[in-house]
Order: sequence, then structure tokens, then C-alpha cells
Amino acid sequence: MADEEMMTGAEMVLRALADQGVQHVFGYPGGAVLPIYDEFFQQEKVKHILVRHEQGATHMAEGYARSTGKCGVALATSGPGATNCVTGLTDAMLDSIPMVLLTGQVPTHLIGNDAFQECDTVGITRPCTKQNWLVRDVNDLARTIHEAFYVATSGRPGPVVVDIPKDVQFAKGKYTGPKGVTVKSYQPRTAPDAHAIEAAVALIATAKKPVLYTGGGVINSGPEASKLLREFVALSGIPITSTLMGLGAYPASGKEWLGMLGMHGMYEANMAMHDCDVMICVGARFDDRITGRLDAFSPGSKKIHIDIDPSSINKTVRVDIPVVADVGQALAAMLAEWKKRKVKLDETALSAWKRQIDSWRAVDCLKYRASKEVIMPQHAIQRLYDLTKDRDTYITTEVGQHQMWAAQFYRFEEPNRWMTSGGLGTMGYGLPAAVGVQAAHPKSLVIDIAGDASVQMTMQEFSTAIQYRLPIKIFILNNHYMGMVRQWQQLLHGNRLSESYSDSLPDFVKLAEAFGGKGIRCSRVADLDAAIMEMINTPGPVIFDCEVANLANCFPMIPSGKAHNEMLLGADISDEEVGTAIDAKGKQLV
Amino acid sequence: MNAHQQATGSAYNIDTTKKERQTHTLAVIAENQPGVLARIIGLFAGRGYNIDSLTVSETEHEKHVSRFTIVTTGTPSVIAQIKAQLDRMVPVHSVADLTVEGNFLARELAMVKVQGAGDKRVEALRLADAFRARVVDAATDSFVFELTGKPDKIDQFISLMVPLGLVEVSRTGVAAIARGPGVLKA
Repeated sequence: MADEEMMTGAEMVLRALADQGVQHVFGYPGGAVLPIYDEFFQQEKVKHILVRHEQGATHMAEGYARSTGKCGVALATSGPGATNCVTGLTDAMLDSIPMVLLTGQVPTHLIGNDAFQECDTVGITRPCTKQNWLVRDVNDLARTIHEAFYVATSGRPGPVVVDIPKDVQFAKGKYTGPKGVTVKSYQPRTAPDAHAIEAAVALIATAKKPVLYTGGGVINSGPEASKLLREFVALSGIPITSTLMGLGAYPASGKEWLGMLGMHGMYEANMAMHDCDVMICVGARFDDRITGRLDAFSPGSKKIHIDIDPSSINKTVRVDIPVVADVGQALAAMLAEWKKRKVKLDETALSAWKRQIDSWRAVDCLKYRASKEVIMPQHAIQRLYDLTKDRDTYITTEVGQHQMWAAQFYRFEEPNRWMTSGGLGTMGYGLPAAVGVQAAHPKSLVIDIAGDASVQMTMQEFSTAIQYRLPIKIFILNNHYMGMVRQWQQLLHGNRLSESYSDSLPDFVKLAEAFGGKGIRCSRVADLDAAIMEMINTPGPVIFDCEVANLANCFPMIPSGKAHNEMLLGADISDEEVGTAIDAKGKQLV
Repeated sequence: MNAHQQATGSAYNIDTTKKERQTHTLAVIAENQPGVLARIIGLFAGRGYNIDSLTVSETEHEKHVSRFTIVTTGTPSVIAQIKAQLDRMVPVHSVADLTVEGNFLARELAMVKVQGAGDKRVEALRLADAFRARVVDAATDSFVFELTGKPDKIDQFISLMVPLGLVEVSRTGVAAIARGPGVLKA
């Protein structure tokens, strides 16, 4: 029986990964995982990518997962190896990214003894994983790893940890194949309830001012869900907006596209959310960056919420029609019901609604003061977009102003092309995520749109990119500030810029060269296009230091504690308006 | 398991856990704050200790003090570690090992549901009487018995009820207190 071979625990790990179709593992060796590394050495099916810090491994696994739809895999040793992974696990938890992290552990008889490099990995990672396991018996190991992949990728995806003591890696036991391995207690519902679908379509059929509000769940459901979403929009003519996590599910060039919504979303998207009469939430979770002030959130609308996770429904916003299902399956059922009933929306009402939206669009909320000398950060993203849009491009970001400008000005046409840390807001995510994306798509153009502060948090992973010839491009919008921190200090704290200036920045060009990559600096508008082209045409990894206007701020913005229809527009705002935009109550919010 | 697989004779690989195991009943007085229960359970889970039974309730409402009764099994050195680890926790006032300190009372409450009719039903009632179990719910085809006693008495009652139509059991876990005038200080 091929499925019941005897082998060591370490052999089982590699065999199980191969049987799960894993091609890349991002990891870092150490005492408690040496037997597993010995097995890596003796096989060629699974490629190991050596990171420089375990946090980098987790973000690489996330980028890999997000851009392929597959499960990302990371490997770390016990103790500090495991604790370094906590940020990445939490990030994957909040953004629902499927990830399996394998960690080494001290031998079972030493657990609880404060042994060298011991930590309570399952205890530490319990709140930041979907599920975790400490494997005490080698005969449970293979099955547990297969269960881990099942849990990570089923239902609402998320990160899991399998903690493997060193003696279990050495011990011999029976290998179990992945066939038929499932978890009895965890069988998430994916098919929608037929009555809920009928009720949802019946409600939409009465809408005069409908809006689709879509999120990361559409991406997680797979490319088919994006196709169905596009078909549904084309058929119904309903205007559509998306969260940060859902960009690309509907193309930015699409006829009904409103742009992103939320705190730094488009004016027309937020106003449409506020004034709509029927809201169809598809794979999004009414996050606080999206809703703004809850008691003024879309007060006049009936709401439909499609989500695979029942605990997301009625969590912060009460909805009228909940649909617990996989987004793709729910959209397919809605399309079928729509066609069966030959639904036609009230055309006069819908075109009046779209005229209203056009009048909001005419506000041109992304307007900014252009400059002929200094590079405006918005302009830099626009040029980057224009020069890369016809290529096979993937974008990752760090967290801050540059991230919001990227979301506003880079236009995504396809799902899985945009990797960003949404829920946790992890500075330092983008560079390692880009490495993970590039490992999965070696021939594509992978760009990390970064800030000068964020990029320094995981800078060392540039060395990983050099080692594996992964030609990522780090496009730094360098304004010498933690820009978003500074923006909030201007809004909330009387322009007292406490510790938000990036003093003693490295020379990014020399830094790139020190790592063995290429550095490009650009500080003049006139040189920008040529410099970006030079970056694109460089075959290896590049750090692009784009010196931008230091004090530009990110608008439009819903200030903390305000509603969707109280957006702060950027173009002609005075310093005083910035200073008084948030009241005392709003200042306590994050 | 390890020594022969490792080149070195490092103490890292010496397994000292294969000694005789004992069961101890511990009484722990702790602050009743959010997270204390999680911390105590996390200690047992994280360090690989056993919990055979754990009960907790606030015992002094004004002082917000809770009493935990923990029944655990381990080698003498593991039991000693458990007590030391519990005692050094910030919200823990005191730890007493009732098993070591002498005579103590241990009681548990169980509710046992039995379905059946005819002879079996009569037999169940008769046995319940012998065990001084009370009937707290009765229907034409079921009883719920309430029984208090030492855990082994409850185990025995349950095993006797199995052939008589036992369908469901709910047990509280052990509460324990030392005999005599001595008092466990908070």
C-alpha cells in the first residue's frame, strides 16, 4: 500500500507537502527543524526559499497565496522562529489568507521545561490562527498536516500552525496520504439557501438606487467568482464599489465601476453607499474603515450580505437578507434566479441614480495640486500605472499613504493582481509579499509600492530576492516621513509631528547596491518616465527611490467618527480645515 | 526514544517523564479577573500538564476571589512544578495540595438521564434509591437523577445505569475542601 509506508516524521513532512502539491516553502532553519531540513536536502520536488527573518517567510507565503489562489507554506524553528511568525499569522487571519506554518518544537519530554528555544507555540498562536496542532505522536503527523491544509483552504480561508517536536521528526511511523482526510467537526456550508437567494433577487428587483459592495471574499472564492460578478453587473447594470481587499474582482475600466470605498475611498462610492436603497454586500465584512460612523451608515437602505462566515453576518451592521455561502456559488444562484424571473430593474429610476452618481463623480475627488518641479506621489503612481498597465504586472504595497494612493491611482483589471495588508495594516508586508508573488510568477513584473518608513521594516528580504534571482521592483515613494502618522498628527494633534520624521534614512541606491541589486533615484518630474522605464527594463531586483513632495496628504478622507457623506476633499483644503476636521469624540477612535 | 538517534549524549535528550504517576487535588485561590482562567488553563496546555478535572467559581464576592479545584496527574517532579508554576502567577493568592496536606473531602454533582420503561425503569429507580440519587425530572419514559458524591461513586452509578437506558450525563467536576478546623487562607 503506497498510502501506508513507514518513514520518519521528517520524511513525512516532505512527503505530505509534495502530496499536497506544494512547490515552494518559505523558511529558515534552526535546531528544532534540522531533521526536516535534512530531508529538504535529499529531494527535489519541493523548493525551499531561504528567508532572512521568519516574518518575511509568512508574508511571502501570503503573497504567494494571494496571487495564485493556492495555500502558502512557511517553515520556522521553535522559540524565536515561531514567535517571529506571529505578525504574519495575524495578518493572514485578518485578511483570510490560506497559510500553513510548520514549526519545530523541543522534544516532547522537554515541553514545559523552559528548554532552549522553547516557547508555547500553540498557546501563542491560538488567537492568530484558525486552528493549530501540537503533534505528539508520529503516527498522527501526516494526517494532521493534511488536516491543516484542509482547514486553511476550506470555508473562510486562514492561517494554521502545525507544531512538530524534534523527537517526532526522528521517530518512525506510518504515513497516511491526503486522500479523504477531512475534519468532521468542520464542514463549512458553501451552497446558498434557495429561499435566501429568491428573497435577495426579489429585493434587488424592487431597487431604485442599488449598489454592489464587494470585498476580498470574491477574490478568495476564485477567478470564477470574479467572472460571475462581472456577468451579474453587466446583466443588472448595478453600480459597483469594492473594499481595498477586493480590488480587481471587477475591472477598474468597467462601465459601472465607482472605485474603492471607505476612509480613503472615492467620493462617488461613499455617497452611493450612503444614499442607496438596496445594498448588496458580496464577500465583505463591514469593517470600520468601510462604514465610518456606524449609526449614520447607509441609513435608508435594505441590505443583503453574502458571506461564507456566519459570524460576519450581523456583527457590526444589521442586514435584512443574510446569505451564508461561498461567493461564487451564491452569485451563480443569483444569476440563475435573475434569468429565471427575467428581472428588469426600473430603468428610469436607475438612470436617474446614475445621473446622481455622475454628479458626485464630477467633484473629481482625487484632484491634487500638480507640480512641474517636485514629483507629487499621486503623479508617480499614475505614471507607474501608465507605464506598466499593458504588462503582466502584480502590485504589492506596504502600509500608509503610499498604500492608499496606490489603491486610488493604480487601476486593477483582474483579480489576484493586488496584494496588500488590509485588516492588520502591517508595515513591512509588501517587500516579502513581492518576493512570494515573484516566486510564483517568475516571468511577471512584480512591484512593491512602498514608503520610506515601511520598507525598512523588512528590508533584509531584498537579499532573498537577490539570492533567488527574483527580479522584484521596490518603488519607494520617499517623503522622509511616516506620512500617514504625520497626516493624523495634523488632523488630531495640532500638527505636533511627534517622532514621525524619518531621520537618518539610508541612501537607498547604495543600499540596493550593497545587497547586489540595482538602485535608481529620481527627484525630478521630467526624469520620472525614463527612470521608471529603466526600472522595468532592469532584469534583476531594483530599489527605486522616488523623491516625492514631502508634505502631500492623502485625500479624500472620511475623518474618524464621521459618516460617508461627510468626506474631507483634498484639493483646496486649508490647514485650518485639516486641524478641525475631527471632533473630540472622533479623536478617541483609531 | 531519542538517545540512539542522536550522536551526542546531551541532557537535552534524556527523558525524565517516565516515572510513576500520581493524582493530586489542588485548591487554588486567585483573583476573579478577566483572563485568569485562560492563564491557568494555558499553563496546563502550554507545558503539557494533565487536567483530570477543573472547577471554578467566585467564592468571595466582595473581594472578587475565586477558588479553583484542579485534579491533575503526573510524576512527583511534574506535580511539584505545577504547584510552583501556579503559585508564581501574579493573580494567584495561594496554592494548596490537598492530597499532601491530609484528609480532604472531594465531591462532585452529576445529572444522569435514563430512558426506558417496564422492569428497567423500576430497576433504575431502585438503584437510584440505593445511591441516594434524587429524581429531579420524570416523564413517562425517562428520568433525570441528581447525584452527589465522590467521583468513583458517580462513576459506579453511571456504569450501573448503562444497561438500564442511560442516554446522557452532565458532571460538574470535583470541588474539594480539607477536613478539620484548618482554613485555606486567601
